Amino acid sequence: MAEFVQFLMSGLTVGAVYALVALGFTLVYTASDVVNFAQGEFVMLGGMVTVFVAALGVPLPVAALIAVISAIAVGLLLYWLAIAPARGASAVTLIIITIGASILLRGAAQVLFDKQFHKLPSFSGDVPVNLLGAAVQPQSFWVIGGAGLIVFVLYLFMEHTVLGKAVRATAANRLAARLVGINTATVMALAFGGSAAIGAIGGILVTPITLTSYDAGTLLALKGFAAAMLGGMGNPLGAVMGGILLGLLEAFGAGYLSSTYKDAFAFIVILVVLVAMPQGLFGRHTVERV
Amino acid sequence: MSVLKATDIVLAFGGLKAIDNVSFGVEAGEILSIIGPNGAGKTTLFNVVSGVYRADEGRVELGGEDVLGLPPDRLAARGLSRTFQNLQIFQRMTVLENVMVGRHLRERRNLFAELLRLPSVTRQNRVTREAAYAQLEAVGLSAAADKLAGSLDYGACKRLEIARALAAEPKVLLLDEPAAGCNAVETNDIDELIRGVAARGLAVVLVEHDMRLVMKISHRILVLDRGRPLADGTPREVRDNPAVLAAYLGSHGSREAARA
Amino acid sequence: MAALLDRRVATLVLFAAIIAALPLVFPSGYYYRVAALVFVSGLAAIGLNVLMGQAGQVSLGHAGFFGIGAYAVAIGPSHLNVAPWAAMPLGALLAALLAYVVGRPILRLKGHYLAIATLGFGMLVALVITTEARWTGGPDGMPVAKLVLFGWRASGASTWYWICGAFLLVGAFVALNLAETPTGRAFRALHDSEVAARVAGIDVARVKLQAFVIAAVYASLAGSLLALMNGFINPDQAGFLHSVELVTMVVLGGLGSVAGSIVGAAVLVTLPQLLTVFQDYENVMLGLIIIVSMIFMRDGVVPTVARLVARRGRP
Repeated sequence: MAEFVQFLMSGLTVGAVYALVALGFTLVYTASDVVNFAQGEFVMLGGMVTVFVAALGVPLPVAALIAVISAIAVGLLLYWLAIAPARGASAVTLIIITIGASILLRGAAQVLFDKQFHKLPSFSGDVPVNLLGAAVQPQSFWVIGGAGLIVFVLYLFMEHTVLGKAVRATAANRLAARLVGINTATVMALAFGGSAAIGAIGGILVTPITLTSYDAGTLLALKGFAAAMLGGMGNPLGAVMGGILLGLLEAFGAGYLSSTYKDAFAFIVILVVLVAMPQGLFGRHTVERV
Repeated sequence: MSVLKATDIVLAFGGLKAIDNVSFGVEAGEILSIIGPNGAGKTTLFNVVSGVYRADEGRVELGGEDVLGLPPDRLAARGLSRTFQNLQIFQRMTVLENVMVGRHLRERRNLFAELLRLPSVTRQNRVTREAAYAQLEAVGLSAAADKLAGSLDYGACKRLEIARALAAEPKVLLLDEPAAGCNAVETNDIDELIRGVAARGLAVVLVEHDMRLVMKISHRILVLDRGRPLADGTPREVRDNPAVLAAYLGSHGSREAARA
Repeated sequence: MAALLDRRVATLVLFAAIIAALPLVFPSGYYYRVAALVFVSGLAAIGLNVLMGQAGQVSLGHAGFFGIGAYAVAIGPSHLNVAPWAAMPLGALLAALLAYVVGRPILRLKGHYLAIATLGFGMLVALVITTEARWTGGPDGMPVAKLVLFGWRASGASTWYWICGAFLLVGAFVALNLAETPTGRAFRALHDSEVAARVAGIDVARVKLQAFVIAAVYASLAGSLLALMNGFINPDQAGFLHSVELVTMVVLGGLGSVAGSIVGAAVLVTLPQLLTVFQDYENVMLGLIIIVSMIFMRDGVVPTVARLVARRGRP
């Protein structure tokens, strides 16, 4: 029983991070039809920038804020310098561009920071909490809670603010949105910036547990993508559910089946979902018009 | 016996019935036109018959055999060819190559021989090229054979699609708005082309909006409105059918037409 | 038609001439090695180009097949008592089989879904290679036995230059052949309009699979050559970054252009060699090349240059 709860908690924790990455993917995808492979790098930047800025003597909360702001800046630059100039390119070309950006960011991190693993101090100490016999890191609650808060805030934003509605309108039909006066370029930039912020916060929350390094982004992007696909590409709630499901799948799979192939679960999920149910668990089935 | 027969076709997208119990048949050498206001389901019907969509209910028979659910390439192998309303030419291939692709089913293919470019492949290429050239001559495009298909004007592209469809030597030809966007001269050329094709023994099914063309060359006309069959008969019968007039012109307009 | 034949032969003669003449300008043995690396990458890129440039599909996991070929010639001799010269075609066969099995379901996908599926596949291959250390030596890689043919040992930079050059020439020959054949036309047709290709009677699923398998075999052979040449192999050869490099070579050089793939390979292999000063900036450079070429030179170097040359020629 204790073991089960252990896996459950670690699954929920890592699942929360996947959910945030998936949410970032979904936000950008719905606003601009771009699958942003650099999403994982935002998470990496959140952790790495915080670590290095804090090492300069800046208090941790301020360092975290700086990290989020720099991630947003990177997200906006990504949109303006790499995505917007490529308007009209095919979906595959755009993915390759974002892969290029991801490699660029990874290389920049390698040069600006270093190739080591880095850790942040846990927000409320390291004394494990006893939950039904399992020893759970207090940071786990921060991750899960923080992710939940972000999802909730995003939900409020999308449903109850004019700007949020503009994002949803752009996602539904870009041309129509432009025709009613919505500045779709701004909306798309906002989506990129927003997804960067979400990713960065996730990175800051989880670095105390999983550590971070210059190349942590790639695997995260793939797993976040798997989660978004699992939930149904373009569905924010699905992305969150997909993230949690993937996290649980990994934790229980690693615990009960094979821990060496822990990373394989995400790739297997990608292949299975794409082949067997491309619309994911919660997505809608679309028909192509000829 | 009908070369192509569709019976009681039903297709719904979500809650919307795009095709609601439509049936038709066409014989060799016959020209059947399917007309109707926009949204009537004409292209959708084509898509069902040519295997691009799968009907929810109904039967499609080609040469007497049940072919519902077969994919387009298998239907092509059984003698069904079609053109597209929103041109689907191979933009980056030459005009000649476009038609050569139409000969695909008539070519003998051996991947191994192709990888090594054995003499049999060179011979096959020559045969295919000559057959494709002949098709281009029949539609008046032989001068443009080596041009990139994407550089042709609209009317020429329409004729190219027909040439490509005919290259497969089909038994049934489905033409989706062959005269759309064509001027009077081009429409006349298409008109003669279609009549020539039917005269050669093919069954031709046409979706068109150009009423003059339709009335002039069709042996029979099927009228669809919002997915349902409205009338089916000779051009004269259809033209005088009050329900058809009402569907096209509205009840006010048909009263006007009746008074005219 | 005669013009087409001439172009294919002319291209091959040009390649052969370049390969034969290049050593004359090599200042040292080191250059043989770099050129051989270009030839190997070029071979893999030509294969990928058949899939991407001709058939219009995409594979972001192609290095997986490269890795299979590489590890086949490593594991064959050391674990299975298969000589390297036999392990190479066996590796290609394994790659072909895997491409067939995996390709059937995933080639039904299109656009970015296909891209991600192939990416997932590639990562799985790399993961298996990295994890099964008993067979593969794990993340640190494993040594590869030398190629011995009828008593003759293939070693030395210049020997491998000629071997790789020969393979590249044959690879280019086959790819150029394919373009003007029924299958080649089927590839290009489905690239431009899948539905029209279907309607013309092309079994699109089967044709896509053919392209995928052909590309996989090319990559596998290239991987085997690299492993035998280096005497050593590690899982990075099957990794995501390598897959991205291969795609960049193809796109940079020009989709659909065999010569372009070789040019793309040349750029991506020699650039890091030239910029050894900027060793740490390798990733930054690669990322920039990808972004810039995708935005500004989407057609690729060779077609863009060809167009400029053609435009100059006209008054």
